[in-house]
Amino acid sequence: MLTDSQIQQLELKANEIRQDIIKMLLAAGSGHSAGPLGMADVFTALYFGEVLNFDPKDPWKEDRDRVILSNGHICPVWYPTLAHAGFFPKEELMTLRKINSRLQGHPHYRELPGVENTGGPLGQGMSQAIGQALAIRMDVAAGKLPIGERMPWVYCLMSDAELQEGQNWEAIMFAGKNNLHNLTAVIDRNNIQIDGFTEDVMPIEPLADKFKAFNWSIIEVDGHNIREIVDAFNKAMAIFENPTVIIAHTIPGKGVDFMDWNPAWHGKPPDKDESVKALAQLRTLGGKIRSEYE
Amino acid sequence: MSKLNPMLFTNDVEQKPTRHGYGEGLLELGEKNPKVVVLTGDLAESTRVLDFGKKYPDRFFECGVAEQNMTGIAAGLAAAGKIPFISSYAVFSPGRAWDQVRVSVCYSNLNVKIAGAHTGVSVGPDGATHQALEDIAITRVLPNMTVIVPCDAIETKKCTLAAASRPGPVYFRFAREKTPIITTPETPFEIGKAEVFFESGHDVAIVACGPLVYQSLIAAKELEGEGIKVTVVNNHTVKPMDTAAIMKVASDCGAIVTVEEHQIMGGMGSAVAEVLAQNYPVPLEFVGMPNTFGESGQPEELLEKYGMSVKFIKEAVKKVILRKGTRQ
Repeated sequence: MLTDSQIQQLELKANEIRQDIIKMLLAAGSGHSAGPLGMADVFTALYFGEVLNFDPKDPWKEDRDRVILSNGHICPVWYPTLAHAGFFPKEELMTLRKINSRLQGHPHYRELPGVENTGGPLGQGMSQAIGQALAIRMDVAAGKLPIGERMPWVYCLMSDAELQEGQNWEAIMFAGKNNLHNLTAVIDRNNIQIDGFTEDVMPIEPLADKFKAFNWSIIEVDGHNIREIVDAFNKAMAIFENPTVIIAHTIPGKGVDFMDWNPAWHGKPPDKDESVKALAQLRTLGGKIRSEYE
Repeated sequence: MSKLNPMLFTNDVEQKPTRHGYGEGLLELGEKNPKVVVLTGDLAESTRVLDFGKKYPDRFFECGVAEQNMTGIAAGLAAAGKIPFISSYAVFSPGRAWDQVRVSVCYSNLNVKIAGAHTGVSVGPDGATHQALEDIAITRVLPNMTVIVPCDAIETKKCTLAAASRPGPVYFRFAREKTPIITTPETPFEIGKAEVFFESGHDVAIVACGPLVYQSLIAAKELEGEGIKVTVVNNHTVKPMDTAAIMKVASDCGAIVTVEEHQIMGGMGSAVAEVLAQNYPVPLEFVGMPNTFGESGQPEELLEKYGMSVKFIKEAVKKVILRKGTRQ
């Protein structure tokens, strides 16, 4: 159980990552703003909330947990998270989307330490995550994988609207049939997509019922409550019957008031003035987090 | 010249579907290499992976009628160190799952082997929907991909074994029906190395792949009787192509006919044309599917109707000879 002071540190970390997102997107001149800002708390909880087994000095160690990012376009949150976790130098963050950079516009398999999959074209991550989870299960059964306290876990982070891609339902069906309990999917339920609000473009509700029908366990969380998110990850690890989906209710553009809930910010970066405003708001928010726990 | 089946030019030549060689190869791999895993999309019997599944149930995954998911799972398995073979009809995999092959497999250069069954019009009665005639084009265009078209069941077995040892994505295709056994277990097979299978002289080279290598050999034999001397090359690896071998027969013969059971556009013949145009331009004729879909019928009837039988190979040889030296 994390202490209040640890939670405060995590909130500050998420705030730093949000500031990096704004700076990176400004430097890149293109990319997605809303999704990355909305998922900063989930990424922080996963990497810094004592959930994930990883070692930046040995990024491909055999017993590591795997993070698969299906909606690769939110990599502006994954890259700074990995940099803060020590996988690569933070200075490299500003090369996002530039020529000869390892920080591709959509993540490329093993181009960066910690990047376990190629993602971007929506709907492909869950299948890749299943393959990893199956391989781990086979190796554990064969006694080939040295495991400590628990089985290596596979996390598939994905968006809500990408559930409109049929491949996901093929994958959800497969994971349910095979009781892949070492697979946890996290859905960024932010309700927006390029053409507008998800429930207008192509409704995906009742979401939890759909997963339940496919033999998954479901946990719903406030995607900005770090304690709740960490608890959900730990709870998922205690479920041995079937795979778990964590539906994280997030606010797209969270932390920057003019981006909040606005589908227009799904696919564009801030300009100079907007980024100055956004960074000022985030710094104020950081100050607030510091004072709240004093 | 490679040693071939001694019964090749007799009426008693043994016939066997190429896909059977895949099943046999997988059984051998199952024994030899614990990293090999097999996936199928509700086509275990027809793609000949059922025996592997029975013998190695822990390394066999039935994915149901869901080729896109199957391809992605294979990518994940490969990323975790396995050597997955995915098995379906080529119209579905790589056909339906092409985006997954591109993004999840090839861009990541993962060790996924894609076995495409039921290719060519000779699939027969099932009709055009199930006759894969575009699979070579859509796979050879992908970076990191190797593309192989084995000519008989024996070569398919060798190809299956070789694919497991070759790092990175590999696509190979089978026919549905029984086709003549052309090679022997001793006939050399190396990915990326074309083999001369017949050489009565150097008037024309026939560069063929897949079971139509047999029709090419029959055509060459008949043409020999008519005084036309032909070299037949089994060009099983479409990518990476044996450029040196193609240039050698182009230089020796000065005219080439390509033969394949695939759309002419984008197929093995197109790949040969790319090599020739850049290195050694000579007159070239294509035998293949002429920009149309197939239909139901018996395999021989379809090969005849769509211009891929012995008769058409011979006609193409005679046509290309006329173009020699005329700079056409």
